[in-house]
Amino acid sequence: MTNTVIWTIAIITVLGVLLALVLFLVAKKFKVEEDPRIDEVEKVMPGANCGGCGFAGCRAFAEAAVKAPNLDNNYCPVGGNDVMAKVASILGYEVKAKAPQVAVVRCNGTCEARPRVNEYDGFSSCLVKSTLYTGDTGCAFGCLGCGDCVAACQFGALSMDPATGLPVVDESKCTACGACAKACPKRIIELRPQGPRGMRMFVSCVNKDKGPVAKKACASACIGCSLCAKTCTHDAIVVEGNVAYIDPAKCKLCRECEAVCPTGAIHGVNFPKPLDKDAVKARIAERKKKAAEAAKAAEAAKEAAHE
Amino acid sequence: MLDVVIALLPAVLCSFVFYGWREILVMAVSVGSCLLLEWAITRYMLKKPSTLCDLSAVVTGILLGLNLPYTTPWWVVFIGAVVAIGVAKMTFGGLGQNIWNPALVGRVFLLVSFPTYMTTWSAPQGLFGADAVTGATPLGVINEGLMGGASVKDLMAQHGYDYGQMLFANLGGSAGEVCAIALLLGFVYLCVRRVIKPWITLTIFATVALTALIFSGVNPDRFTGPLFNLLTGGLILGACFMATDYVTSPMSLWGGVVFAIGIGFLTMMIRYFGSYPEGVSFAILIMNSFVPLINKAFHQKKFGRK
Amino acid sequence: MSKNTFAIGGVHPHDNKIARNCPIEVLPPAPSMFLSVAQHIGAPSVPVVAVGDKVKVGQVIAEPGGFVSAFIHSSVSGTVKSIGPRADLAGRPVTHIEIAVEGDEWLESIDTTDTLITEIPADNKAIIEKIRQGGVVGLGGATFPTHVKLSPPPGSKCERVIINGCECEPYLTSDFRVLLEKGEQVVVGAAILRQVMGNVPCTIAIEENKPEAIAHIREVIAKLGYQGIEVMTMKMRYPQGSEKQLIDAVMHRQVGSGGLPISVGAVVQNVGTALAVYDAVQKNKPIVDNVVTITGECFPKQANLCVRVGTPIRYIIDTLGGMPEDAAKVISGGPMMGKAIANLDAATLKGTSAVLMLTEKQTRRAPESACIRCGKCADACPMGLEPFLLQKLSRIQDTEALEANAAQDCIECGCCLYSCPAHIPLLDIIRTGKGLAMGAIRARAAAAKAAAEAAKK
Repeated sequence: MTNTVIWTIAIITVLGVLLALVLFLVAKKFKVEEDPRIDEVEKVMPGANCGGCGFAGCRAFAEAAVKAPNLDNNYCPVGGNDVMAKVASILGYEVKAKAPQVAVVRCNGTCEARPRVNEYDGFSSCLVKSTLYTGDTGCAFGCLGCGDCVAACQFGALSMDPATGLPVVDESKCTACGACAKACPKRIIELRPQGPRGMRMFVSCVNKDKGPVAKKACASACIGCSLCAKTCTHDAIVVEGNVAYIDPAKCKLCRECEAVCPTGAIHGVNFPKPLDKDAVKARIAERKKKAAEAAKAAEAAKEAAHE
Repeated sequence: MLDVVIALLPAVLCSFVFYGWREILVMAVSVGSCLLLEWAITRYMLKKPSTLCDLSAVVTGILLGLNLPYTTPWWVVFIGAVVAIGVAKMTFGGLGQNIWNPALVGRVFLLVSFPTYMTTWSAPQGLFGADAVTGATPLGVINEGLMGGASVKDLMAQHGYDYGQMLFANLGGSAGEVCAIALLLGFVYLCVRRVIKPWITLTIFATVALTALIFSGVNPDRFTGPLFNLLTGGLILGACFMATDYVTSPMSLWGGVVFAIGIGFLTMMIRYFGSYPEGVSFAILIMNSFVPLINKAFHQKKFGRK
Repeated sequence: MSKNTFAIGGVHPHDNKIARNCPIEVLPPAPSMFLSVAQHIGAPSVPVVAVGDKVKVGQVIAEPGGFVSAFIHSSVSGTVKSIGPRADLAGRPVTHIEIAVEGDEWLESIDTTDTLITEIPADNKAIIEKIRQGGVVGLGGATFPTHVKLSPPPGSKCERVIINGCECEPYLTSDFRVLLEKGEQVVVGAAILRQVMGNVPCTIAIEENKPEAIAHIREVIAKLGYQGIEVMTMKMRYPQGSEKQLIDAVMHRQVGSGGLPISVGAVVQNVGTALAVYDAVQKNKPIVDNVVTITGECFPKQANLCVRVGTPIRYIIDTLGGMPEDAAKVISGGPMMGKAIANLDAATLKGTSAVLMLTEKQTRRAPESACIRCGKCADACPMGLEPFLLQKLSRIQDTEALEANAAQDCIECGCCLYSCPAHIPLLDIIRTGKGLAMGAIRARAAAAKAAAEAAKK
């Protein structure tokens, strides 16, 4: 009995040592030489493998970053400036800090504002629905409500609000990877800068129909009246194709456009105080009055100079 | 799935008549535990809506029950159901995703884990039979007899095996091995209803018959003949109901034929040369493993392409 | 029972031709008609009238916008009221020309009599030009400009003209009534097409569920004495009327992936197109009207109406008694390949073949369950594809695998969706995959073209 035990232990031990040796030699012989920095970069990546950087996962990003001459085309939106700073220090490159972005849903056609005119009984996917027709409301451009964006988000930042029928972005979870923007067949979701303390302005509508048609389909549509563009003193609003667009780079968050918009299509989010429309409108009227008086005075001065 | 349940009813009723209340118990425990497990796993582990209405759990339960001896204790049956539904079906993702036939996985697991229960074949007792009397299935008898050196013909004569008996079944075996007519009726029903296509089953029968014909022609003392092999064991049950299961069988015509030839051939090899008397379960499971490859190799012929 | 049919796949829905005994009735135009500029495959037409212009029936109001495009003619006489975007039946904004109807004045050049003209002009080029001027497009549903189809690329040779009278879609009976009531014109049209393609044999394919039409057309051919035209009885099966499947059934040749019927020597035209060819060539009459089947079990009065192009669908339904209470879905076309109408104010197009009303019970989709890989969809697919695999690939948007598995060959017939026991909306999902595969193919072709042009320089 003891004999058997001793022999067993001996044989197993020798076998184990031999196999370990084989594994060690093989690992050494077939080792792939890799730049050790790839591993270092990969370690500081968030590890979400979401593809927001445009590469197939965090390791692919690390490989590309090590090979690239600079970090201009390689940015990880999920990790943000913190992670990019770490990557830059590992590789000895410079990185420009980018303003953090967030996904913005540019449609406010809620069930109340945008009545349903037919019932969709088909596969529950925005992509499929968009290949079949323009949707169950009168607006040919608005959110289709099947939640392809919600399904695309790997961070659980999007959810459908059953009361409004529109997707809602949880800003604390959104990493601006862009998956939802790519998934939306109507191109409603846009990545916009988060703004100082999260405050930002945007036109919550992409409807390109003429004003009366858009308004008939949705009470909160942008009708392309251009009041906002005319009011904006920072040149930030462009009205093209019957819909207004606010350039986030130029917007100074004065909220005057929001105050004058007749349909409520312009939204300002995360502001500490609610918008006092009357006060803002009064301010605008005051400024216009002063400008008119100044213009009259200038005209009079010119006439006087002529004589 | 309802059609499959209906097709299995004649065999189930036959088994009740032959084997009595114990069989009813085995069947009830089998179907009941399969349903319970599927509901519980879907609800609490996968957190998806219940899929009991598709009756696939009922089919698995019936098939498992038909594969077991009627003297199997209820807790063994329950364990079989746990393996069949929990391991073979749900871990792969539920209906439509499993690679191996759940009922067969359950049966094979039990065969390997509880060999005594699983190989104690009692003779049919009738509806209200009292105690079980142990006997062996024809295959088992022949297998052992051959190992003891006897020849096939002698064994057949010795035990009075008669093909008529086998067809209408009064011989020992699992509930699914008896009453070939009831099973074949169910098979015809499924073909008429266009639920399954007959070629997999018929190819299995043809392969088994051909292999048996060749081998028994060469050495009739050692190898049993085609009719014997077609009528005994779980071949009819396996070929009609388990090899034709949609999820685990190939989708194309020729893929199905290759699959069926594999099953037939492997069954005969195990029966002739293996230590297990019965080979259908293992043969089907082995061929199930090849189905993804077969599906890749045998694509549908596309319109307009060579 | 006819044995003439295609080789792979197909399903047998009940044909439900409940409107088959309704003779064609003429529907007067609505007070305002809306003619879309996108009524055909290819570039949308360009309007050549202005607001305020007076037009007559048959007058050109839009010219072809490219090589693959067609003329559009006014279907009524009156004044052009507006030219601008209007929602089509899917709700998409498309440019429409609105005409306020005044009287019913036709262009003088059009022969509005009923006399049958059997003498076919000899000049093939002139015939094709007349077809082009008549705005004739394929009326089988695809609306491909006919004059382009009749002008095959150099090097290809037509061996047979097939006139498609199968009408395999359930409920549709417009082609059937045209065969019965305008059979002579159809046969003359077939003779014209046959001559233009080089005096090749011509087969008029009719499904066996239309025995009256088969008998009548055979009589007409015998009476008119045209050579080289025969009627072939086809097995009743869906999609027998699909171009590729019909060529397979009649000529036993299969058009390759991405190929055109002319590559196997076939030119297929619908019965309605043959009639339009007759009108354009013999009567100088462009397409201003077409026969539309108004049907559905819930609809009290079945009808086959000759409607002017551009009639609002709501007007048609109202004229026939209004929308039935229990109608839940209105479809333009048949139940297999038709499109559900989201906007009833949309106007009919040249290619509109039916307005079908179905109840909630008939159309409500059953809840989807898991795919059990039964393979019924693959058995049903007439193109020999594997829908169970294509839908999985479409869900994960694997473009390469979709192309490798021939998603681009899908003809969107709906046989897979029809046969799935788990009620998975296969076609809807595969359509997105087909789009991906076609996009990749087109991008490669465009890149190759650009590379070739750059290499030339």
